[in-house]
Amino acid sequence: MSEELKLTILKKLDSEGSIKDTTAAFKGVSEEVVLGALKSLESQEKVAYVTLTTEFWTIEAEGKDQLENGSYEARIFEAVPAGSQGIAIKDLEAKFGKVAKLGQGKCLANKWVKKDGDSLVRIADSIVDQVKAGLETVHATGTHPSKDTIKDLKRRKLIKANKTVSYAVSKGAQFSTELKKQATDLTMEMMQSGAWKSAEFKKFNFKSLGVNPNGGKLHPLMKVREEFRQVFFETGFEEMPTNNFVESSFWNFDALFVPQQHAARDLQDTFYLKDPAVASSLPDFWETVKDVHEKGGYGSIGYRYPWSEDEAKRLVLRTHTTAVSAHMLNKLAQGPYRPAKYFSIDRVYRNETVDATHLAEFHQVEGVIADKNMSLGSLIAFLDMFFKKMGMSDLRFKPTYNPYTEPSMEIFSYHEGLGKWLELGNSGMFRPEMLRSLGLEEGVQVAGFGLSLERPTMFKYDVSNIRELLGHEVDLGMIARNPACRLDKKMGREALQRSEAVDEI
Amino acid sequence: MPTIDIDKQELFDYLGNQFDTASFRELCFEFGIELEEDSSEKGQLAEGERAQLKIDIPANRYDLLCFEGVSRALGVFLRREDPPTYKVVPAAEPHRITVSAECAQVRPFVVGAVLRGVTLTAERYQSFIDLQDKLHHNLCKKRELVSIGTHDLDTVEGPFTYEAQRPEDIQFVPLNQTESMNGRRVIEFYEDDQHIKKFLHIIRDSPVYPVVYDAKRRVMSLPPLINSEHSKISLDTRNILIEITATDLTKVNMTLNILVTMFSKYCNEPFTVEPVEVVYPDGKKFVYPELEQRLMATTGEYLNGIVGIEKSNDEISELLKKMSLEAEVQGDKINVKLPATRPDILQECDIAEDLAIAFGYNRIPRVQNNEATVAAPHPLNKLSDIVRREIALAGWTEALTLSLCSHDNNFAHLRRKDNGDEVVVLENPKSSENQICRTLLLPGLLKTVCENKRYALPLRVFEVSDVVLKNAAVERGAQNQRHACALYASNEARFEIVQGLLDEVMKSLNVVSVVEANKGVRYCLEEADIPTYLPGRGANVMLINEDGSSLELGTIGILHPEVLGNFDLKTPVSAFEINIEPFL
Repeated sequence: MSEELKLTILKKLDSEGSIKDTTAAFKGVSEEVVLGALKSLESQEKVAYVTLTTEFWTIEAEGKDQLENGSYEARIFEAVPAGSQGIAIKDLEAKFGKVAKLGQGKCLANKWVKKDGDSLVRIADSIVDQVKAGLETVHATGTHPSKDTIKDLKRRKLIKANKTVSYAVSKGAQFSTELKKQATDLTMEMMQSGAWKSAEFKKFNFKSLGVNPNGGKLHPLMKVREEFRQVFFETGFEEMPTNNFVESSFWNFDALFVPQQHAARDLQDTFYLKDPAVASSLPDFWETVKDVHEKGGYGSIGYRYPWSEDEAKRLVLRTHTTAVSAHMLNKLAQGPYRPAKYFSIDRVYRNETVDATHLAEFHQVEGVIADKNMSLGSLIAFLDMFFKKMGMSDLRFKPTYNPYTEPSMEIFSYHEGLGKWLELGNSGMFRPEMLRSLGLEEGVQVAGFGLSLERPTMFKYDVSNIRELLGHEVDLGMIARNPACRLDKKMGREALQRSEAVDEI
Repeated sequence: MPTIDIDKQELFDYLGNQFDTASFRELCFEFGIELEEDSSEKGQLAEGERAQLKIDIPANRYDLLCFEGVSRALGVFLRREDPPTYKVVPAAEPHRITVSAECAQVRPFVVGAVLRGVTLTAERYQSFIDLQDKLHHNLCKKRELVSIGTHDLDTVEGPFTYEAQRPEDIQFVPLNQTESMNGRRVIEFYEDDQHIKKFLHIIRDSPVYPVVYDAKRRVMSLPPLINSEHSKISLDTRNILIEITATDLTKVNMTLNILVTMFSKYCNEPFTVEPVEVVYPDGKKFVYPELEQRLMATTGEYLNGIVGIEKSNDEISELLKKMSLEAEVQGDKINVKLPATRPDILQECDIAEDLAIAFGYNRIPRVQNNEATVAAPHPLNKLSDIVRREIALAGWTEALTLSLCSHDNNFAHLRRKDNGDEVVVLENPKSSENQICRTLLLPGLLKTVCENKRYALPLRVFEVSDVVLKNAAVERGAQNQRHACALYASNEARFEIVQGLLDEVMKSLNVVSVVEANKGVRYCLEEADIPTYLPGRGANVMLINEDGSSLELGTIGILHPEVLGNFDLKTPVSAFEINIEPFL
């Protein structure tokens, strides 16, 4: 059928040049069928068409009644006799039923009749039935020259709007009167038979999306971690074994010269363990650590408080990966001096109340550089280079306080999109009280720096609630949708801002 | 990090009216404090309201915790003034506190000092009170280590005694009260006081309470809780007696020194303090405050080396003046005189930081340090990455779940029993979600699926991450173990799908199934009765070494419907979880 119609259309075009109105040309064929044929022909560029829309009005059942028998109000008017006697309303209701109520309202509004007690009395001598006249025009022409009349009839539900759609068709670029079956795809059969050579391919809609491959995806936080790892590898860093979430307070705090009364060691801030509760032993240099806390040493006056071995043995979930750095530096000190660079990216724990920006666990990125020539100047130069690889230049440093580094620096970077300085992380030179207790010889300077992995990830991937990034509340769709991590390129919110800026221009 | 509130105009006037908020913020940045907020930037000030600056102070700079300290330090930093010299001058009638033997049981130490001829204003008085609050909160560790009492010297009579008595025997009217009470009643009375109740625990259960008396046996204070109404200071007070009791002798001295160096400014003779002699039961006598400058020797070579600059010793000594440090150059050596306001300086490195700040962190020349070192990944992380990529390539999506969870998640919800030999339990979690360290990745992944029910099935999710297991053989009593866990959730459990993924992972690690080979390193599934899985659909994953010995890597199976119910899941799930460390 549709092939037949298509051929008919093509032949008609061939003989007549164009088709002005398909409804007139193909009587009895529904508009949808015509459209289907036209679309198919258009995709082969055999025809072009424009849509013609005409609006017309048809008369509803109630309208038909009034067209034949006069409007309700006219009928009521006729029923009211001339003279002052009039007619009782209840008589009208008995005669006309529901028409009485509707008709008399209009009659009163039109000032054709008036109420006199329980009766209606004529005011006008004669009337013109405008409604009936209007309906007659619509019936004859499908519309009415007066918009008000149409509006009134429509409001009274006497007429209904109707639309006819029709098409004007002309020849397309590839016009011919022949129809060839189009191929939608290249198939193996076509390759084998050679049919592809003469096949006509259906026009492809490139304004479309492809089929989702439904493949596996890596987690965005792990993708950002991989970028950081690459930068560390590029700059000669060795990855530390951080697969120990449980540490003794000794390694987590005391060995780093964090005094035992320090607020970071409060139950409010640090997770202590109930089972197992204490370390079975302390490393053999524990007395050196005790001395430097209690009495000082290595040029330091120390903290001068009674140091408790029991406190040092209490087990904690590490609050930073610097606990592991301390292990590594202690190990490094066992051999002859050599410069070393270590890094890690792993989980650390804080006894935080969870909210949109805080979790009890998060990932810390940490780098440590041990070198006799290390100074604040060379640390700054390194951080400049390190962050530049991630697309962050314009670093600025603010003096700050850390219990185990001195001098200490907060790292800031200017963000052009946001127009403000963002804090990237913390850094500093480890204190001699720590380094020398760990066994490093005098003159070996160790610089360290750290930042959270979640912060840049949330920024880069436009995640505002940390719980939707790390943990089971993650949106698997977000994991599937997000782009590869390239820290040196604009991503997420940054990229978005850029396109908004372009829109403004 | 403590925060202080400072009157903006007063500070800007003090610094010579050269700053606006933006340039003051820069000054703070350079000096190492942080202008957190200027109340006038937040919106319209109410009529008569003065703009306040909120400034973050580094936790070890107790000398910057009040207007007096921060304005002086910035004034010196800008070289508008020289740091004062603090002097201890003898009193006409010496002040003495005698300590009784019982104090050793509860709060052994006391120190004191007198500020003579002080002129207080409402602002100075408030600053004095605020500084004590800040010190109590930080350095004094919420009064546990140290607590301060201040008295109008003219309302009491020396010599004073510091004693420890049974609470029933102490009777006085506490500050701002009218009722005379004994020690027991004081505890009871302040039980509901928002401020004082936090300190009650420090002495509540001690058989004796510390108490300071004057010569007429009038109670002056009940440390660390409250002073007496009788000796309280007011705006009219001219002579202030400070007594500070403690369990920590280092911190009590730091506290006293900060208070007197800050507020001796308002004495008749500014920056002078009258000493207080403390006599201990063994006859030993000490005189406080100890305001002498400490000497610390360092060298230009060391300081320049740490900062990364090349300054002469004289230039260094000039720069250190900006930080209120006086330095004497003696040949190669630099002797730095540390004022009583700077107990934070413990070692030469602290002087190096001050030098760096005085020089300007952001003016330090950048010098690339090019020592060659060899990069290397941690082998376990390298192995994890191999497994992660294999699983993701096979079509699974990576999740990253929390390593802390509730005990039920890890045991009851998986129909597992806790035999007490595997799980690490936390002592002080704030939430029931953080009771233990997970010993399996499975509960986190099941919760992830539960949170993602809106997505079309099947869901394929995996994680390669650490669990924590008790191990009495290691120093820390526990160690991590790297696991790989993957699950498949759909309308049908389809055991063979996770089984196929496991085959794939094993193949990538060069391990073949016993189905395919009968020698070499192989793996097999051994049917087992595992409560987490549907009966008859659970197995142990075994690694068989070349010598025939075997090792359990983990488990695989269709999850028991009760387990799924416990995680609020209505679809079947199959999963495996294995330890990957044997493949290192």
